Amino acid sequence: MKTSSRNIVIFCTLLMMVAFFVPFWKIILEAPQYPEGLVMKIWLHKITGDVEQINGLNHYIGMKLIHEDEFPEFRIMPWALGFLIAFGILGAILRKRSLIWAWIATLAAAGGVAFYDFYQWLYDYGHNLNPHAAIKVPGMSYQPPMLGYKQLLNFLAGSFPDIGGYLVIIAALGIVGVAVYEQFYRNK
Amino acid sequence: MKKIRQILVGMTLLTLIGGSFTSCKPKKVGSLMAGDAAQKVYVAPGKYDEFYLFTSGGFSGQLGVYGLPSGRLLKNIPVFSQDPTTGWGYTEESKPMLNTSHGFVPWDDSHHPELSKTKGEDDGRWIFINGNNTPRIARIDLTTFRTVDIIELPNAGGNHASPFCTENTEYVVGNSRFSIPLDGKDDVPISTFKENFKGVATFVKVDPESGKMSVAFQIIVPGFNYDLAHAGKGVSHDWMFFTCYNSEQAHNLLEVNASQNDKDFVMAVNWKKAEEMIAQGKGKKIPAHYMHNMYDEKTHSATSTEEKEVTILMAEEMPGLVYYIPCPKSPHGCDISPDGKYIVASGKLAATIPVFSFDKLLKSIESKAFEGEVSGIPVLKYDQVLAGEVQQTGLGPLHTEFDDKGFAYTSFFVSSEIVKWDLEKRVVVDRAPTYYSIGHLCIPGGDSRKPSGKYVVALNKITKDRYLPTGPELTQSAQLFDISGDKMTLLLDFPTIGEPHYAQAIAAEKIVKNSKKFFKIEENTNPFAAKSEAEAKVVRKGNRVDVYMIAIRSHLNPDNIEGIKLGDEVYFHVTNLEQDWDVPHGFAVKGANNSELLIMPGETATLKWIPERAGMFPFYCTDFCSALHQEMQGYARVSPAASNVPLSFSGGATAAE
Repeated sequence: MKTSSRNIVIFCTLLMMVAFFVPFWKIILEAPQYPEGLVMKIWLHKITGDVEQINGLNHYIGMKLIHEDEFPEFRIMPWALGFLIAFGILGAILRKRSLIWAWIATLAAAGGVAFYDFYQWLYDYGHNLNPHAAIKVPGMSYQPPMLGYKQLLNFLAGSFPDIGGYLVIIAALGIVGVAVYEQFYRNK
Repeated sequence: MKKIRQILVGMTLLTLIGGSFTSCKPKKVGSLMAGDAAQKVYVAPGKYDEFYLFTSGGFSGQLGVYGLPSGRLLKNIPVFSQDPTTGWGYTEESKPMLNTSHGFVPWDDSHHPELSKTKGEDDGRWIFINGNNTPRIARIDLTTFRTVDIIELPNAGGNHASPFCTENTEYVVGNSRFSIPLDGKDDVPISTFKENFKGVATFVKVDPESGKMSVAFQIIVPGFNYDLAHAGKGVSHDWMFFTCYNSEQAHNLLEVNASQNDKDFVMAVNWKKAEEMIAQGKGKKIPAHYMHNMYDEKTHSATSTEEKEVTILMAEEMPGLVYYIPCPKSPHGCDISPDGKYIVASGKLAATIPVFSFDKLLKSIESKAFEGEVSGIPVLKYDQVLAGEVQQTGLGPLHTEFDDKGFAYTSFFVSSEIVKWDLEKRVVVDRAPTYYSIGHLCIPGGDSRKPSGKYVVALNKITKDRYLPTGPELTQSAQLFDISGDKMTLLLDFPTIGEPHYAQAIAAEKIVKNSKKFFKIEENTNPFAAKSEAEAKVVRKGNRVDVYMIAIRSHLNPDNIEGIKLGDEVYFHVTNLEQDWDVPHGFAVKGANNSELLIMPGETATLKWIPERAGMFPFYCTDFCSALHQEMQGYARVSPAASNVPLSFSGGATAAE
């Protein structure tokens, strides 16, 4: 592995470290009477933003309250990312291409599990509604989108990576780029 | 190195693609502001607006008057709440207006203005408004824009479904939003709600000439929460319709417990039949205790009379009087099409709008197509009475009014919009967002037989970022839309005084021609009036001191009063001798614990003043009336109780004559 490749890998893992200190994902809600929008920021270890207001609105349709304590993921995710970072740095130091590929595979697997888990939560919140809710629209569920926008009654719900999420995406792309370069181009 | 640069460029590109997720967002309804909006709402200085808009003051207890299309505030009429600006509810003359069976209640929560009607059209004679808290209905005279009649409704709790009137203002109605047991039988456990709590549909007779209100009869109905009402028109003339929610009859946590049934009701009452039943002696007179307060324009004084009896009809014992129509999810608005053929009810937790057919209602009753009964009252079959549902409307329909082209306009609180739909085809044709959270809406004549098709006014609960911020408490607002074309276009929004639950608008010409300019002094029969300078005087009777004072540009007479003693009760009866348009005088005295006076030309108003210390007390005119307004003043000298200063007064004007 070239020195510059190693440097890129280290740089990318350092980028991922920033994700500990910034929100990872965000869910935004917009409605005519919420011109400024409501936003829920998901960090690796907590939720911040307008959670109280969102819970207040959701009670009309009978959605469960969103509480940080409900999610064991918040105790796991920081360790998972920490492991990935350490793994990445190890690969860089040892300059082993195979380790980099292994890293990519681990990230892909972790990402896959995370998205599946995220989907499960969204489905649960969107469908598991209190039958005694004040507003019941026949056939209506309120599952927010995984990525992008979706209209839920009067609210336009959006789900997007936040800074941390983007940093991890950039870092992952960088490392994939290095792996591809090292694998297919370097010796030619 | 070159390759690495390529990789870096590639990464940057990918990042940009990632970043563009946030920008590919569904387009919102574009700005509905019309390009020529300013021109459409501009009323040149000195010109009149085309319509009067009367907005309920909500928790202010008053009634706002605005001009349309300019949105200019013209007046805030004191109704149920004391108003120190004018002395309403503070002057000796007006205090009886706020008297109730609970004593003096100097405030209320006013929700729905209702213009008096002749042949189903707004006639511009009076406007009624309900007091929700201490159940009352007020009548305001539109020649003087003053509250002249307030009647309390016995047996009722929360007079919300009020004061909607029949086609010729035969009656204005009220009904309980908070059902309670009948007066005198109300010391019962709250858990006996289903058994003991009743709704009370009150029909208040309005004298066709004088407008004087009186409780004609009350129909005792099951204890639901009665929300809004409207009278039939034309074919449905004999009927009054009320919406109700909480058909679950929950008495706690209504937020949840009153939202369980898929359908609540529209209650249809045949008031002609009620009249017949009363005529046949089927009504029962029961003892009651409620106040009726009238303001006399000649004495400029109010009197409060206690009423002791009311006639009731028990709905369950009177077949043919009351029917229930099932209606989705806690209905609010109950609105009758201009031809009287359709009843549009709006379930505030529903997503569709049911439109009922009056014709089908009659047929169902005739063929006894009932699905059952509640508390002995027949319940019709939803499908049998339904003309059709408007689908894919919005969320939280609240209230509907009509234009002159066959369209209906429904406000949607939850989705914060006005939806325009075709009344016959029952399809949505246009929608416009409101800023924010619209409650009622108002089209001039929109609940009458002759609506105007020019404007709709949205009455919004929330303004948030719409105006310059004023701390945590922000104004509510009205928004004016042009509805003369196919699309609704936003023209203007303006803040309102208090919460404008509902509003009514009327062509200005129906009111302008009758508007009084001043009161004739020779018609003033107030016993304390001083109708000329010569009648100005001060009279002592024990510790009561009556000051018969006149106000005219630019002096008060008497203007020096001595010999008032601590412990005296002083009554300043101030008569404005002016006989010209727009020359009111004010009156204020130092340390007054109540208010000032604002006295119209030809009127007498009385301020009661109990000096709390000896000393010199200036009094003066508070309304800038003339070039020498600042000179319009005087002194009251108050001496200790034991002093022997003789009562004396002087008026420079009398002396000069």
